[in-house]
Amino acid sequence: MASNWVRILAVSAAGVAGLTAAGLALAAPWNLQAPVTKIASDIHSLHEYVMILVTLIFAGVFGAMFYSVYAHRKDKGYKAAQFHESTTVEIIWTVIPLLILIIIAWPATKVVIAQKDTSQADLTIKATGYQWKWGYDYVKGEGEGIRFVSTLTTPRDQIEGRAPKGENYLLEVDNEMVVPVNKKVRILTTAADVIHSWWIPAFGAKQDAIPGFIRDIHFKAEKPGIYRGQCTELCGKDHGFMPIVVRVVSADEYTKWVGMQKTKVAADAPKNIVAAAETPRQ
Amino acid sequence: MSAVVDSHGHGHEHHDHHGGYSGIMRWITTTNHKDIGTLYLWFSFIMFMTGGAMAMVIRLELFSPGLQWVDPDFFNQMTTMHGLIMVFGAIMPAFVGFANWLIPMQIGAPDMAFARMNNWSFWILPFAASLLVISFFMPGGAPGVGWTLYAPLTVQMGIGMDLTIFAVHLLGMSSIMGSINIITTILNLRAPGMTLMRMPLFCWTWLITAYLLVAAMPVLAGAVTMTLTDRHFGTTFFNAAGGGDPVLYQHIFWFFGHPEVYIIALPAFGVISQVIPAFSRKPLFGYASMVYATSAIAILSFIVWAHHMYTVGMPVTGQLFFMYATTLIAVPTGVKVFNWVATMWKGALSFETPMLFAIGFLFLFTLGGFTGLVLSLAAVDIQLHDTYYVVAHFHYVMAIGAVFAGFAGVYFWLPKWTGRMYDEALGKWHFWLSTIFINITFFVQHFSGLAGMPRRIPDYPLMFETWNKISSIGAFGFGLSQLLFLYIVLKAIRSGEKAKDKQWEGADSLEWTHLPTPVPYHSFETQPVLK
Repeated sequence: MASNWVRILAVSAAGVAGLTAAGLALAAPWNLQAPVTKIASDIHSLHEYVMILVTLIFAGVFGAMFYSVYAHRKDKGYKAAQFHESTTVEIIWTVIPLLILIIIAWPATKVVIAQKDTSQADLTIKATGYQWKWGYDYVKGEGEGIRFVSTLTTPRDQIEGRAPKGENYLLEVDNEMVVPVNKKVRILTTAADVIHSWWIPAFGAKQDAIPGFIRDIHFKAEKPGIYRGQCTELCGKDHGFMPIVVRVVSADEYTKWVGMQKTKVAADAPKNIVAAAETPRQ
Repeated sequence: MSAVVDSHGHGHEHHDHHGGYSGIMRWITTTNHKDIGTLYLWFSFIMFMTGGAMAMVIRLELFSPGLQWVDPDFFNQMTTMHGLIMVFGAIMPAFVGFANWLIPMQIGAPDMAFARMNNWSFWILPFAASLLVISFFMPGGAPGVGWTLYAPLTVQMGIGMDLTIFAVHLLGMSSIMGSINIITTILNLRAPGMTLMRMPLFCWTWLITAYLLVAAMPVLAGAVTMTLTDRHFGTTFFNAAGGGDPVLYQHIFWFFGHPEVYIIALPAFGVISQVIPAFSRKPLFGYASMVYATSAIAILSFIVWAHHMYTVGMPVTGQLFFMYATTLIAVPTGVKVFNWVATMWKGALSFETPMLFAIGFLFLFTLGGFTGLVLSLAAVDIQLHDTYYVVAHFHYVMAIGAVFAGFAGVYFWLPKWTGRMYDEALGKWHFWLSTIFINITFFVQHFSGLAGMPRRIPDYPLMFETWNKISSIGAFGFGLSQLLFLYIVLKAIRSGEKAKDKQWEGADSLEWTHLPTPVPYHSFETQPVLK
């Protein structure tokens, strides 16, 4: 009797929880962010492809298990068979997964190779991680010489709950990185203190920034807009408060922006460099 | 596998002498494998609740965006200590507890091979745990660097970091001694006729795990020792300014860290391989292939470590090698899952609490295994590395996989250990509450991870609020459900019905077939002889 109650209550609890979650899911983002680069959309399709495959396998394996749970029960008077070995079966379920892995590895390999090809970039920007902000140096291509520091602008009042939170809470900075649309941008990452990680989900580009070393990634954004990401390697107290914001603009707007920066840089750069170099640990 | 024995070699008449001491001194001085197993299991439960309390603090802070309850520094300390305590304090000692209790009984031995060392390996643990806890009260608090203790962030920490390093050293010593004990016991103390390929699978998975521990723990000790000398003695192993490399730390750490994953998973596989056949009333399907698959997993676990490091910027050949090697692990793991399902197929199934937890393990561990396959693809992992997707993945294999196997094991052997039965209805409550709440906690984290929420952040952008609220509610529910587990165990010990010698119809290893319940203090005083 008691166990029947357990079952009924558990099933209804699971039902309620499931429906609530499903209802909320309609409103909340639940998948990879909309891709704006070729690589991000390749990752997107690869992920979908693998998810379909594993869902089918999962359904097959646990379909068999739950059929067994339903049909082969002692309380239905089912008598246990005593088979317990079959080399043929073992070989079959070793070889088939191997073949499935090859089907998955083939497209995955192509994406990995594309991700790692940082050659022939139109624009090269160095991103330096500091505790807890990002520094950007335009080192090669149009805008060479521009450098600035990019810091979170979300006010303390919003973080500590004294003011309502804005739309881009924790994802807004004073100086956005600006890049032209449809140009291959190579990002060199490094850090001044501890390891950070530079990430824009919509670009499918993530690279750790390692103090004392230079690593690189690339992206070619296909749509103008503002794209936001966060530091993804634990870097101390304010790890959650050093976002990355990239503004992708048309070639013309980019040239205009470079012109503006050049005049500003002439006045501000020394100050910025000094500020960046001497960033104290807070 | 199902061994037939022709001599009942246990001594009923000796079962009440507990060595020379009584009271607390009995536990401090004990060299008995059962007493030590009990100590390990209680220690592990206390740590489970401690680490769990820290998880509650984490989920409380993440219930809403903004900083409400703790400051970011303390939040980082919570995530770090939650991880260290759960991995080294809760899960590993729990399975060592199982090993102590069960291996001598399952192979027909009177005790572990090195009884005094056994006492020492346990009694190191409370000191190590105390060091971890004391670090909270040091200037600067406990380290807030994540359980992986990545350099060079570790160099910035206060003295709490040094206490943590010493704690890791002690935990490693304890594990190595425990492993040597297990290896020696299994290789030397088996009863006549108990050949290696007739051992219960639990002994096999522990034999392989023990080798993994002996190989991996010294590597971790090396990594934290280098951290210690970088901090205090002017070395620059992980500092580029002195010719070192921060990424070197990660390579060394994960060379330990990936085998560690299987150090946790293999004993869980062993427990499940005992429980499923017992409640299917049918021998384990593919015993030999289970042994080979376990060994294959153990060997592969040493050549896949850098799949934790796809974003550090390895060359393309590195990404590809580690991707291929990692996906290969799916093959032996798949063999194990298929074998368990085949064991259930055409059995006469019944669903007592241990079996429920075993089925829960099988279903949810495999779910975690599939997200592992997704993560193994270097191309996709670039998006998911260090997001909540990873958090969901490893909690499915550890917080659900290993912990559910632990619960299955406790309910399965509790009658043998204590001589008393637990309350079956309450056990089922515990299973359903745990299963529902843990899935509410972690399933939604796949979504927040995919949508782009980084892990180890105390505050988050507004779009992640829904998932975090659901996750926190699940976590509080799961945490509370574990108090029910404590109650069930205590109730069984104090007033449970007397258990039978062979409580489970389908159980066929020596502790059920050849020892009375409760078990005599020295399991087998004369070795049983197996035909």
